[in-house]
Amino acid sequence: MSSLIEVRSLVKRFGAKIVLRQLNFHVETGEFVALLGPNGAGKTTFLRILASLARPSLGEVWVAGFRLPQQAAHVRRRLGVVSHQPLLYGDLSAEENLRFYGRMYAVKDLEARIHEVLELVGLVARRRDLVRTFSRGMQQRLAIGRAILHDPDVLLLDEPHTGLDQDACDMLDGVLRQIAGQGRTVVMTSHDLARVEDLASRFDVLTGGRITASQPADGLPRDGLLAFYRQALESQRSLQGATR
Amino acid sequence: MSGLTPFISAMSAVIWKDLRAEWRSREVISAMLVFALLVILIFNFALDLQPNVRAGISSGVLWVTLAFAGTLGLNRSMAVEKDRGCLDGLLLAPVDRAAIYLGKAFANLLFMLLVALIVLPVYGILYNTNLLIPGLLVVILLGSEGYVAVGTLLSSMAVQARTRDILLPILLFPVAVPVVVSAVKATGGYLAGLGWEEIQPWFTLLVVYDVIFTSVAFMVFDSVVEE
Repeated sequence: MSSLIEVRSLVKRFGAKIVLRQLNFHVETGEFVALLGPNGAGKTTFLRILASLARPSLGEVWVAGFRLPQQAAHVRRRLGVVSHQPLLYGDLSAEENLRFYGRMYAVKDLEARIHEVLELVGLVARRRDLVRTFSRGMQQRLAIGRAILHDPDVLLLDEPHTGLDQDACDMLDGVLRQIAGQGRTVVMTSHDLARVEDLASRFDVLTGGRITASQPADGLPRDGLLAFYRQALESQRSLQGATR
Repeated sequence: MSGLTPFISAMSAVIWKDLRAEWRSREVISAMLVFALLVILIFNFALDLQPNVRAGISSGVLWVTLAFAGTLGLNRSMAVEKDRGCLDGLLLAPVDRAAIYLGKAFANLLFMLLVALIVLPVYGILYNTNLLIPGLLVVILLGSEGYVAVGTLLSSMAVQARTRDILLPILLFPVAVPVVVSAVKATGGYLAGLGWEEIQPWFTLLVVYDVIFTSVAFMVFDSVVEE
């Protein structure tokens, strides 16, 4: 098991509906993988399985050498997750939220780590303010702080830019760039190529419940990336049209 | 011992978080308290009966008030976790999920007992009843514990549904009948000044149900919150 994340023939069903179909996926240590795909492609479901919040119907999922869902507790210790929702308590301050999650993850030297994380996400000055008074962008930055507090091996980001304005997106990108610069392994979903083109080291396209295309970012010009994404979407559409 | 420390640490973190958030918002306590006081007042005027008749039904009134107010609190306490996706945040933590359950249940019990502490003197004045009987206070503690033990488990199930507000009472009331009935009977016994030998069967039943409900909820919480 050389890859940090290894997924083989993953199937996820909700009743009669099949969301993920024989999906294969792998991520090496230090990679920043952008998982692209239209709405409803199964990106969130896939990330929830990787995060141990949902169970696979069939197939194998390994994270950091541990199998899901059997060894979920070991996997959770090595994961940081950021979703559409901030997973933060509005009636606690920024540092109280981090203190709570730090205790849940048994983070050592917690107070120093909280300060370090708040500095990274640029919220030291607002550390004592209640989270419900934060803008959506600030909440999302704090959510990233919460996700990296326990220094996870893998960071899973599910469309973290959702609902943010341009300034907030730029600030969030700055934080993500710093995190990627630390050599952390990241898997980030998005339906918007523009959001991830400067961040990712690899682009995978998820359509129809499968990874239908994969492309390293090295030396790929923006036009080439756009063409790659469009082609992947088009080929999936024509495939669906042919099977109807 | 090494496994116990992270368990207690996670449980105390959940209790600390719930108490801290409630201290700030007062959402759960204020809703429970206003509701409980209104119910007592309504019963007080609706049941304008003879003093001896009133004494016979006052234990039932007390437990209807506490049970309904408790349901409100249980619903709100779990809705806070669901609304911002915090339940996922809790489930992502690498801790025994039973610690999360016990933390939530303990915080809910504290909320319910705090409401009971404020409601009891008001109840005593309106119904002209002396409630400062040590045995009765133990019955309120045991009854609340049993109710909250099963209520916390069922509210974590109901919170996943769109109709969570109406689903919890429908699930909870039938299951909690043994706890409520034995609490009403034991309370009635103390208020009527009956001897220990007459109260003891209901008291024992209450303890047995508390142990069963808490143990079962402790064991199945992980499966209930799993997708």
